[in-house]
Amino acid sequence: MSTRSTTASPAMPRSVKDLRLGESGTICCLKDPEMALKLLEMGCIPGTQVRLNSRAPLGCPITVVVGESEDYTLSLRVSEAATIILK
Amino acid sequence: MAGVEFVTGRAGAGASAAILEAAAPRHPGALTRIALIGNPNSGKTSLFNQLTGLNQKVGNFPGVTVDRKTGVSQLTPQLRAEIIDLPGTYSLYPKSLDEKVITDLLYDRSSDQYPDFVVVTADASNLRRNLLLFTQLADLGLPAVLALNMMDVAAQHGVNIDIVALQQELGVPIIPMNARKGIGVAALKIVMAQMLDAPATHFYEIEDELLPMIRQIRYYFNLHNDYLALHYAHQYRQISFLSPDDRAYIGELVQEYGFEATPRQAQETIARYASINDILLNTVSVTRTQRNEPYSNRLDKVLTHKVWGYLIFLGVLFLMFQAVFAWASYPMDLIDQGVAWINSLIQTNFDGPLINLLTEGVLAGLGGVLIFIPQIALLFAFIAVLEETGYMARVTFMMDRIMRKFGLNGKSVVPLISGVACAVPAIMSARTIENWKDRMITIFVTPLMSCSARIPVYTVLIGLVVPDQPVLGIFNLRGFALMGLYLLGFVAAILSAWAMKLLMKTKERSYFIMEFPVYRWPRWKNVGITIVEKVKAFVFQAGKVILAISILLWVLASYGPADALEQAEKRAKVEGQAKGFTAAETDSHVASEKLESSYAGHFGHLIEPAIRPLGFDWKIGISLLTSFAAREVFVGTMSTIYSVGQDADQQTVQQKLASEKDANGQPFFTPARSFSLLVFYVFAMQCMSTLAATYRETKGWKWPLMQLLYMTGLAYFSALLVYQLMK
Repeated sequence: MSTRSTTASPAMPRSVKDLRLGESGTICCLKDPEMALKLLEMGCIPGTQVRLNSRAPLGCPITVVVGESEDYTLSLRVSEAATIILK
Repeated sequence: MAGVEFVTGRAGAGASAAILEAAAPRHPGALTRIALIGNPNSGKTSLFNQLTGLNQKVGNFPGVTVDRKTGVSQLTPQLRAEIIDLPGTYSLYPKSLDEKVITDLLYDRSSDQYPDFVVVTADASNLRRNLLLFTQLADLGLPAVLALNMMDVAAQHGVNIDIVALQQELGVPIIPMNARKGIGVAALKIVMAQMLDAPATHFYEIEDELLPMIRQIRYYFNLHNDYLALHYAHQYRQISFLSPDDRAYIGELVQEYGFEATPRQAQETIARYASINDILLNTVSVTRTQRNEPYSNRLDKVLTHKVWGYLIFLGVLFLMFQAVFAWASYPMDLIDQGVAWINSLIQTNFDGPLINLLTEGVLAGLGGVLIFIPQIALLFAFIAVLEETGYMARVTFMMDRIMRKFGLNGKSVVPLISGVACAVPAIMSARTIENWKDRMITIFVTPLMSCSARIPVYTVLIGLVVPDQPVLGIFNLRGFALMGLYLLGFVAAILSAWAMKLLMKTKERSYFIMEFPVYRWPRWKNVGITIVEKVKAFVFQAGKVILAISILLWVLASYGPADALEQAEKRAKVEGQAKGFTAAETDSHVASEKLESSYAGHFGHLIEPAIRPLGFDWKIGISLLTSFAAREVFVGTMSTIYSVGQDADQQTVQQKLASEKDANGQPFFTPARSFSLLVFYVFAMQCMSTLAATYRETKGWKWPLMQLLYMTGLAYFSALLVYQLMK
């Protein structure tokens, strides 16, 4: 699967929040230490691929599909997605 | 045993230690105690239902109010075991109060509740994340068996698992299964009937620099391994069985060694995923990577659509109300008529004060309990199906943005919707909301949602003043009136939450992140068990209150201070003769005069001045007081009061109320009075059980008392407004 369509952005690091619908990215790091504990347990480990699957009718929350083999879907708020920085 | 030293090593090194650990006491004479643990959505509930069927008991964990579901499972013809169903969790680091129950149970080896072993459920189609919890449990040294669930889904997704190799890597027996269909349950039972050893494998090596601190904790508390000691260091503030001195001791050590819990926990999780990846590399192959959940995604395009999604959700809610209101009426009528028939049978054949107690006290109260079973069953059938199918998660998904504006959480939808059935379990379900402020607000406003105990009040009063007219052919005007009351409660809840959001200050943040399950067909067995469980809870918990109050009321209504009743009887008979009443009219007059002179009448008269502006009289006053025990008692009370006040003619409560006249001979229950009373019941905190639940959930009287004051005040002034405007 050649889903790594994200090109390294120069200035601002991209986060899951910035993904377009259907676009995938690879987790680089988690910005918020407290929330990181929850995200890590839910499988959002640095190096894991995530794909933006859908947005709620009002734009938030969103669902992301986690894992290269599309293991499972998480739903999270845009503010939470913004703490997941992509490579 | 506690002093035995062994090395916390990686695979292999712990083998000799495992033998020692397997010698855990087996509670001689007692049933083998097995804990069922796993991620949310890993099929744990299905497995629990498969193992125990209807042999389930719901209780509480000591100190907290999380449901403690236990059941007895017949493992072999000779061997039975007690199964404890633990709340779903992703790790042994609790993120919510629900999950804390797990650590409290699994950290305390000396407790008589400590399980002999654990059954870990894991979603085979999603093994990586599900194994995280398993590796933690294994490192705690708990004997375990892995129930590798949802093998069918894994197969669909092209996930091939080498069970034998995985079993070797994990060091525990693995049973591939499909709990929803019961596949693999027999094999699991056979394994569960064996003496299980603690896994010999360790999955995480504690960093060397932590060992001095860890070992001190370990030896101070006589712990059986280092990993448990590490958990003490992480969670000493939350472990309920530690004394303040114990906590202070760990607190000092943590300070002294500069132990930073958050980064350490993050490191551990990452390290665990790394070792899980190694294991999966050798044991799992995926033939098709594109799974995409085509059905779920396609369904979501409609069910979470910005227009259709909300319309469908509204439709689902509306269907729920129609079911509870209209469909349930058929079995309810049967119960009603059945009780009335038995009552008249007894009354025509026997006579005496004990017969009156039996018919007007006990049987009337019992009928008042049984009559609501159809509604509760139907409502929980809906809620269970919504949860089973995964639709509830979509509701949360669609509602979060809106709910957040009002200080609630997308997850608040579940307690709020459950509050439609009963505020007590709903308030308890608010525990899944990890954020304290969100949770407090949810608990506070949930009783404003119209619960099933209000349905009898609503039904009777709507029946009095709203005509039984069809709307659009299939619906009913009364159904619409009922929905209006539900919406009123919902709006009050939302606005109250919004006000609280502005008033309350907090540092804690609100998380949302959760798993988004794929759609599944509901398992009817699970739905059925939920229904039985809820009905049982209602009949045995609310039911005994209703019955007791019914009997107490009969006593209060049948006896008065000194000879007040005899005096009233004489007076009424004289009045009856003077006014030229027939014998029947005199009897009825006597009875009503007697009631007014009884203890119950005194109660009602005492509060009448306060409630007269709302349009209520002393009879309603009595009912308001008694229904504080449980709202549905209102109907029982009214029925008892009026049946005492009339001939023993079997009429329904509604007809009794409709025939009630005021001083001018006009119907007493005018629309103004009825709607005032309805609005009062929408808002009023007429429920001891709810207050008790809030007390236990918030661990103090502050919240329940505020709830009582706020809701009663809201009810009083709203009813006042309604009556004065409509009068």
